[in-house]
Amino acid sequence: MSEGSRTRFVVLAYIAFAGASYAQQMEVTDEARIDAAMHAAFPKASPDWLSRLKGDQTMRACSKSRDALPAEVARAIAARESATIQYPPDGRLIGDWKKGERLAQSGYGLRFTDYPPTRENGGNCYACHQLTNEEVSYGTVGPSLLEYGKIRKFSEAEAKAAYDKIYNSHATFPCSLMPRFGTNGVLTIEQIKDLVALLMSPESPVNRP
Amino acid sequence: MKSIRNKVCAAALALISALAGTGQAQQSSNDSIARELDTYRSMMKSDPWSNPGMLDVDRGQALWKTPEGPNNVSLEQCDLGLGPGKVDGAFATLPRYFTDADRVMDVEARVLWCMEKLQGFERVKLLTRPHPSAGMPVKDLGAIATFVAYRSNARSFSATFSHPKEKEALALGETLFFRRTGPMDFACSTCHGESGRRIRLQPLPFFSKAEEARKILGEWPAYRVSTAHVMTMQHRIYDCFWQMRLPEVELGSDISIALISYLVKQADGGEIKIPGMKR
Repeated sequence: MSEGSRTRFVVLAYIAFAGASYAQQMEVTDEARIDAAMHAAFPKASPDWLSRLKGDQTMRACSKSRDALPAEVARAIAARESATIQYPPDGRLIGDWKKGERLAQSGYGLRFTDYPPTRENGGNCYACHQLTNEEVSYGTVGPSLLEYGKIRKFSEAEAKAAYDKIYNSHATFPCSLMPRFGTNGVLTIEQIKDLVALLMSPESPVNRP
Repeated sequence: MKSIRNKVCAAALALISALAGTGQAQQSSNDSIARELDTYRSMMKSDPWSNPGMLDVDRGQALWKTPEGPNNVSLEQCDLGLGPGKVDGAFATLPRYFTDADRVMDVEARVLWCMEKLQGFERVKLLTRPHPSAGMPVKDLGAIATFVAYRSNARSFSATFSHPKEKEALALGETLFFRRTGPMDFACSTCHGESGRRIRLQPLPFFSKAEEARKILGEWPAYRVSTAHVMTMQHRIYDCFWQMRLPEVELGSDISIALISYLVKQADGGEIKIPGMKR
């Protein structure tokens, strides 16, 4: 099932089962209480890390609905998250697939053992996605991206769609499990271009299986 | 000791040769990789005495009985919930509310409490670096917790969560499990919200399914081959938060105890088989 159809299915399932599943849930809805418990549990957190302990408006909506959103909330999230996407000034969205492949392998960055940083953050795409036949150690939390560009006929519109998904997955799939790499400052615009190249270049191993 | 190492090395070599043999792998060979990985895991588990974690069960037992700390007393009067000194079956009833501490505690929080209150150790010192680095043995607290857990082997998880504070911990744990935070927007459910998924080649348990929760919870504390030490559940959760790009969670915090409460509840009725063996 594609992520798009999965999101639609989940939305429908939510509408169908909202009453039934809610009755089984035991939740703490007092945000102030959760915040207090979180702050107490991470006493070594420096002040500039405290924001990590609390999700933003979109994450609060996704957490509350367990990633199964009512349709109008999903639309609001897509609009809000789309507005955060920034594009390269020259409009060129395809970078260097070789650099993209290295980024796809690397899970480095933003962990408390990664300070001060010794190299650039990675995208860690292989943790969740199959991308090439050469790399057999890939995860299955996300869909396989094998032949991603080839299937999409290497079109410009699809390159932009890929850029948007990497920059902020929630603009396309509200409550996607995928990190908002651009919006959250995990990857730079140049790095995202390199990942778009990995997906969309005809020469990329993704498209030469 | 030597034979344990030999067995572990043999298992590791089997894995390496399994992976090397598929170096020029095609998509069609991915199933065979999964099969080889299963062979590796079952080799590790086939003889319980080949599990190096048993050394820490013994170490934990010795530590339990030995007078230690500024007060120079053993932990033999520590109340793990079934009365002072009663170890057998105690782990199976945790987490639970303790009147003396006025909070819900899991095995590690309770051992920490006893080391502080009975033996006189400084809490701050016990919490400074509570988990081992790769290649280093589990800390004393973890070894004692592993010993305590081992003494519930063949029993089932049976924490009741009947006290209001136990119910509260459970509800907080459930909320946290689905709560997305940090720069990666991860919740526990991001990785553990569906059956049959994996990160790289590592299968991920789906904790909302009783069958999977029982199997996994019953294996912790576990010996982890890649880091060559016993890893406790508090350490496992600390590592999850690291991967989620959150700060260092404190051992025995209300957050980690709430999450453990939720997981143990999902695993209710599951058999305890300590120590497990992990990648």
